[in-house]
Amino acid sequence: MIERSPFFDAVTYAVMIIGLAMVIFPFWVVIVAASQSLHEVSRVPIALWPSDQLWVNLAEAWDRGGLGTKMTNSFIVAVGVTVGKITLAAMSAFAIVFFTFRARMVCFWLIFITLMLPLEVRIVPTYAIAANALLPFQTILDTVGITWLVQQVSGFQIALNWNLLNSYTGLILPLVATATGTFLYRQFFMTIPDELAEASKMDGASAMRFFWDVLIPLSRTNMLALATIMFVSSWNQYLWPLLITTDRANFGTAVMQLRFLIPTMNGTPDWNVTMAGALIIMLPPLLVVALMQRWFVRGLISRDK
Amino acid sequence: MERRAVYRNKVLPWMLLGPQLILVLVFFYWPTSQALYWAFTLEQPWGGGNLWAGLDNFLYIFRDNRYWGTVLRSAFYAMCTTGLSMLVALTLASFVDRALKGTKIFQSVFIWPYAIAAPAAGVAFRFIFSPEAGLVGGINEIWPGIWDPSTNGIQALGMVIICHAWLGIGYNFVFFLAALQMIPRSISEAGAMDGARPLQRMFDLQLPLIAPTAFFLLIMNIISSFTDSFGLIDTMTEGGPVGQTEVMVYKIYVDGFKGLDYSGAAAQSIVLMLLVIGLTFIQFKWVERRVHYN
Repeated sequence: MIERSPFFDAVTYAVMIIGLAMVIFPFWVVIVAASQSLHEVSRVPIALWPSDQLWVNLAEAWDRGGLGTKMTNSFIVAVGVTVGKITLAAMSAFAIVFFTFRARMVCFWLIFITLMLPLEVRIVPTYAIAANALLPFQTILDTVGITWLVQQVSGFQIALNWNLLNSYTGLILPLVATATGTFLYRQFFMTIPDELAEASKMDGASAMRFFWDVLIPLSRTNMLALATIMFVSSWNQYLWPLLITTDRANFGTAVMQLRFLIPTMNGTPDWNVTMAGALIIMLPPLLVVALMQRWFVRGLISRDK
Repeated sequence: MERRAVYRNKVLPWMLLGPQLILVLVFFYWPTSQALYWAFTLEQPWGGGNLWAGLDNFLYIFRDNRYWGTVLRSAFYAMCTTGLSMLVALTLASFVDRALKGTKIFQSVFIWPYAIAAPAAGVAFRFIFSPEAGLVGGINEIWPGIWDPSTNGIQALGMVIICHAWLGIGYNFVFFLAALQMIPRSISEAGAMDGARPLQRMFDLQLPLIAPTAFFLLIMNIISSFTDSFGLIDTMTEGGPVGQTEVMVYKIYVDGFKGLDYSGAAAQSIVLMLLVIGLTFIQFKWVERRVHYN
């Protein structure tokens, strides 16, 4: 604060309180509705104060949505994407920043162009790959004639096939295949002074030793930020899981399940159960963001700027 | 890439890069080239390979009035969500930046929407706006039938836009606040010395200084309005009533996966990809010329 201006301070608080109300209102409605009975939630106008049915509704939503399996699946996917992305991102950023080799810039651009097109935009073709993830390699083998050659020589027809539908790999891998994390790691590695690498080289450390013992410990803050961003974004995925899971009972994720908790046209309008389900499903990423705020804010900003 | 790269090795970098490159090839380049192939060919319904179609798929969608409706709607949608969300976030960030006592609590809450999945927000807002439920629907008690997004397309689109704008507040807020906090205090102090009141300083000093961030966010928001709208529309309106909330991504999904028209969907995907690439390109160009201040 530079000067005292009580009036403007009052305005500031007023605006912030209005903002708080706007941001919190949907959360409040979810909690309130989730705690009411069917009778209370159907009342017009609705009472905006929590009632005592919260646990009943949560249990009902948990049951109806089969959220036990779904939440576990979501956790597996979110953790898988997070771990996979951090590992790959650190490795490839290390190669790009600390090595000289031909095609370095080509690799750099090959990876970073993927930042441009989000999964939703190229969903139709990506879905096609899910039925057989090895199709690109099969096509390469077919085109260069290796398939034909092998068949002529051994009589064995190469037919590579790896179906990703209804599998954790299918849910995880396409989400790992983008460059957000690599970009964050690259930005961080660029700030490491050259002297550090040279010093450890002089002490006789190999490249991998430098990576493990110097870079990885130094990048802990980055890792936390990236982990938060990745956890939230993969937990919240909707379109991709919806497409790749036909066996919804076993491989559905929690967020997918939301749609099936909405009351149907002619069914009971039990929005209290729907809201209880929404509450359960939105809680994990919200907790992660609330707890990791300090790191995640820094990471978010250095990623995109 | 200005650093002196320090290690020379023929094999190691490829081993490090290998997994990522393979994933990117399989899940990015291959599907993207596949989309191009489909866009220029026509798949026969019961197999038998693809027929070369040239630009027919594109001409077909460009002649389709329903498609142009979707494009215009997407543009309108992008404009409204971006404008609303950025305006609210900027206002909040400007006031939070004054760092009065207790601001920290507000600051943390303003970030929350970032954590929420679009479908979760969609379900919550669907309830809030439901004509039968007792929130916005309460107005029907006074004027019966005045509010019904399931039959009124404008109301339905408005409701999705408000929800999308709400979702974007967290992300925009984080960036605006960070940009504002990077402005040196001395500038504001100098302004105050010259007699500028706090509000005047906001408009004349801080706003121009965060213009680059605002531009960056503008592009990010427009891209997100293409990509994140799917979860919202699918949970709130399913494109209805009669297609009046159908935006580009949703139509691609409906045509491709419900209508099984891969060629049409691929052609639409290509158009959307070009749009996003164009926007990203503008952004990169701009970022290069960013204003720097220390």
